[in-house]
Amino acid sequence: MSDLTAPRAAVPGAPARALRHCLVMAARCTRLSMRNTDALLTSLILPVMLMLVFVYFFGGAIDTGTRYITYVVPGVLVLCAGYGAAATAVGVAGDMAEGVVDRFRSLDVGGTSVLAGHVAASAARNAAATAVVLAVAFAIGFRPEADAAGWAAAAGLLAAYLLALSWLSAAVGLLAKSTEAASGFTFLVLFLPYPSSAFVPVETMPGWLHGFAGHQPVTPLIESLRGLLLGQPVGGAPWRALAWCAGILAVSVAASGALFRRRTA
Amino acid sequence: MADEPVVEATGLEKSYGRVRVLAGVDLEVARGSVFALLGPNGAGKTTTVRILSTLVRPDAGRARVAGFDTVRDRREVRRRISLTGQYAALDEQQTGEENLRMMGRLCGLTRRRARERAGELLERFDLTGAAGRRAGAYSGGMRRRLDVAAGLVVSPEVVFLDEPTTGFDPRSRQAMWELVAGLAAAGTTVFLTTQYLEEADRLAGRIALLDAGRVVAEGTAADLKRRVAGRRLDLTLTDAAAYGRTADLLGGRAVHREPDRLLLGVPTDGSAARVRALLDEIDPDRDAVARFTVHEATLDDVFLALTGRAATPAAPAHKEPARV
Repeated sequence: MSDLTAPRAAVPGAPARALRHCLVMAARCTRLSMRNTDALLTSLILPVMLMLVFVYFFGGAIDTGTRYITYVVPGVLVLCAGYGAAATAVGVAGDMAEGVVDRFRSLDVGGTSVLAGHVAASAARNAAATAVVLAVAFAIGFRPEADAAGWAAAAGLLAAYLLALSWLSAAVGLLAKSTEAASGFTFLVLFLPYPSSAFVPVETMPGWLHGFAGHQPVTPLIESLRGLLLGQPVGGAPWRALAWCAGILAVSVAASGALFRRRTA
Repeated sequence: MADEPVVEATGLEKSYGRVRVLAGVDLEVARGSVFALLGPNGAGKTTTVRILSTLVRPDAGRARVAGFDTVRDRREVRRRISLTGQYAALDEQQTGEENLRMMGRLCGLTRRRARERAGELLERFDLTGAAGRRAGAYSGGMRRRLDVAAGLVVSPEVVFLDEPTTGFDPRSRQAMWELVAGLAAAGTTVFLTTQYLEEADRLAGRIALLDAGRVVAEGTAADLKRRVAGRRLDLTLTDAAAYGRTADLLGGRAVHREPDRLLLGVPTDGSAARVRALLDEIDPDRDAVARFTVHEATLDDVFLALTGRAATPAAPAHKEPARV
């Protein structure tokens, strides 16, 4: 029986198939992102708005020892990446609520490929959002002093954070019963940089918050970005940031695989 | 090899929580045939299709589709089937053409071939004019056609259609019927579920009637009709004793039973000779039958007789007026 194979177009090996599925899913999710104009505009405009609010409304009252715009841009970049990544949860929850995932499964597209498509689209959205934030930051006086290596390291760290948070969001999207519930997660992630050194120095916060603000995953990331972009020594902060990202990524990929199987059982 | 059934299920069971959806389903579908799983809402049709198409694991029993086990070799099965569910499985934000091209790429077609194939399918399914519109803006009939088309991007051995015409107007239904007939003519095995006997009758070579998670009848449309269709002789018995005696005598031939009204229904062709012979056989002493009526079996009758549940509100006859 098994030698009577159906007239399928191509039956390549499993890794090649999975890669192809990932690429098709990435193209799909990117296209869907582009069509979702409201969400796209929000993800581009909100970080810029927040940056302007901080620089012009609050910045004058905050003493960081440097020009405030220099201090705050790394924080805004992280906030922007987090917010954009968290939107993955909404996309995944939307897919799960509709029949299209059954179609993909009946075409033998694995859960990992479906989720990877969302993560890839998240990366594309965020590259655009980050570029917009940086462009506006330059326009209003942000003058980093990083060399090429510094820029590359900063971009790499930001990409690692984005990847980890996008997968985490995908797992949250699988947990959420609706897109509304999933969008609650974006709010949570949007808030995460506030209790860190993103916008104000941690020492100015109440003592009971120091433990969290000084050690939460966003803090070493922001410290690293700030150091790298301004050409200052960063110490072990990038490694701590990477360790956080690797941990979040590992847990999220494993959890989302299990959750996908459970949701589709 | 060619005689081996292309779909073969034995003892499929599935429960969701404490609700037993399938209570042991056995099915066999011959290659190249059209098979209809007929049943009311909640009978377990969709669950059966989801098990056969590898999306759900059965709690017990096993199924083979296109020669492969639906659990152990589900990847092989998935390469050989297509599934169109009750709810269209499409990206609403993508156009009809984009949806089809995406399916083609997922099936391993080259970019160019996927584009060509999308064009062919759009034309075949009369969607060329709507190719550039988002699927979300399609009418129900168009969406279902696109959904079926998406399942045919590469030629599957078995096409599963879960309630392909539920919620359709008569014109869309007619179009879908023609489409199924076209698939069958091309030699594709079609496994469809439906609530409408008329649809099963029109399309399927063999029909299985599913009720409360069990196959209660199976055969060609003619077989099933022979059991109930044509005319029905309804006998009103004189008393409970006569009812019991006659019911025992008739056994499975009594397709309709209403003990409260002392009523038994027996299929017949309605001719005077047959009715007389039946009455003589059932009541030789001429004291058991009080009255009789002969009437046309309706689709309701067919359904109710086979499921044996006369007063179930979920019976499809209540949703769609029966047409004889």
